[in-house]
Amino acid sequence: MLELKGICFSAEDENREIEILNDINLTIEDRFVAVTGPNGSGKSTLAKIIAGILIPTAGQILFDGVDITNLSITERANMGISFAFQQPVRFKGITVKELLSMAAGKDATITEICEMLSEVGLCARDYVNREVNASLSGGELKRIEIAMIMARKTKVSIFDEPEAGIDLWSFQNLIRVFEKMHEETKGSILIISHQERILNIADRIILLSDGQIKKVGSKEEVMPELLGCGQPCRTLTDKL
Amino acid sequence: MDAIQQSLLEQVADLHEVPAGAYNIRANGQMAGRNTTANIDIITKEDKSGIDIRIRPDTKHESVHIPVVLSQSGLKESVYNDFFVGENADVTIIAGCGIHNGGAASSEHSGIHRFFVDRNAKVRYVEKHYGAGDGSGERIMNPTTEIHLAQGAFLEMETVQIKGIDSTRRVTSAEVEEGASLIIREKIMTHGKQYAETDFTVEMNGDDSSVNLISRSVAKDRSEQLFKSRIIGNGKCHGHSECDAIIMDQASVSAVPELTANNIEANLIHEAAIGKIAGEQLMKLMTLGLTEKEAEEQIVNGFLK
Repeated sequence: MLELKGICFSAEDENREIEILNDINLTIEDRFVAVTGPNGSGKSTLAKIIAGILIPTAGQILFDGVDITNLSITERANMGISFAFQQPVRFKGITVKELLSMAAGKDATITEICEMLSEVGLCARDYVNREVNASLSGGELKRIEIAMIMARKTKVSIFDEPEAGIDLWSFQNLIRVFEKMHEETKGSILIISHQERILNIADRIILLSDGQIKKVGSKEEVMPELLGCGQPCRTLTDKL
Repeated sequence: MDAIQQSLLEQVADLHEVPAGAYNIRANGQMAGRNTTANIDIITKEDKSGIDIRIRPDTKHESVHIPVVLSQSGLKESVYNDFFVGENADVTIIAGCGIHNGGAASSEHSGIHRFFVDRNAKVRYVEKHYGAGDGSGERIMNPTTEIHLAQGAFLEMETVQIKGIDSTRRVTSAEVEEGASLIIREKIMTHGKQYAETDFTVEMNGDDSSVNLISRSVAKDRSEQLFKSRIIGNGKCHGHSECDAIIMDQASVSAVPELTANNIEANLIHEAAIGKIAGEQLMKLMTLGLTEKEAEEQIVNGFLK
């Protein structure tokens, strides 16, 4: 169980403090939790704060009752938190097999790699010895990123817009991946997404807007609010 | 050969026993073993220190090993090795130098290798440099490589220096004739107060000739590296060089590319990138449970692999 208590985060921009998250209070223990909201509402920041990449300016994070607010990325990862980046990282010289082995925490066999890659619709034969460099497309990287999280089998898995760039691989497969992960880990899967089909499978949806939680609830409860979020100015509404 | 020399030999030539094919092993300035084959002859030079390696035309899939090991502190030597590769031959040449310096005096090896590759011959040349020993004496290596590629010839050179060499100045020059091509891959890692300098000069003289220089390096601690490359296109040719360096701690890396086109059909490109390990790369590996130090090692090892 993951608990966020009074989480605030602000960043400096040209000597001006910009508040990105303001007093976020959340308990995550469900199977699938979706975080949605307009661009710039603080969704990715929230995910990075849970993973330890960003340190909150105020507030506390508890993981299974343990205060992890001041723990490093590595410590949190080893306790059971995984994070799939919105924009996966490339590594010159590191192969898909090596990266998946690091994720799995052991030297994975070809059979195991094949198992991991086939879950995300990639054939191991074509990828196992490929370098995770610029020769891979954004969509391929995204799938490898998802495969890494699957290989970790942790209690909490966070995905930042997993659907972006995987157009040729169906949504249904992505949802099947989440279901399989839950079967194996019995943990919580937190998905940042704008996609209605992903929101459809969520047990709970968290709507963020302007750095605050606007609504938490079922899809039926949250969707009407989502449409009313972040009212644009007249110049934009006139064009819509 | 003693255990120290044996271990150096394993590092620079992956040799655990006597190699198959032709070889010449030099240990502390003396010949420690030699074998020739029907197609590959090795002859000791009479006017200076070194050997001539003569490979007959049409020799296919044979290899030559010429490792050098130095374990006597304070030894300084210059060795001249000339390779004559006959027409249509297809061979692998493995050179390498290992220095173990357990004393206070500096040990130095300068290998001057010249390659005369005849028409349509193919050569794969692998060179590894390695230093060990806990003496205060410096381990210095200054390899010079001179390559002459005749029409349609091909040479691929892999040069690796990962550990233990305090100072190196590696000078490589090449002349590439019509239809010939040259590929050089260099990998260097420096640490402590080491200094490594690379100096390439390649002239492409014939049409449809090509060169590709790929350098990847990591500079740690207070080490310094200088990468210089000059590519000159005198015909309808294609030249490409790339220098990719990771800089860490208080190290310093300079890349100085120079391209000269003397023909309107010459197509020359240089790419250079120097920078620290990207923060997002470290973070990604840390989210997989690696510590920052482990992540750094994985990134560096992968980069230099």
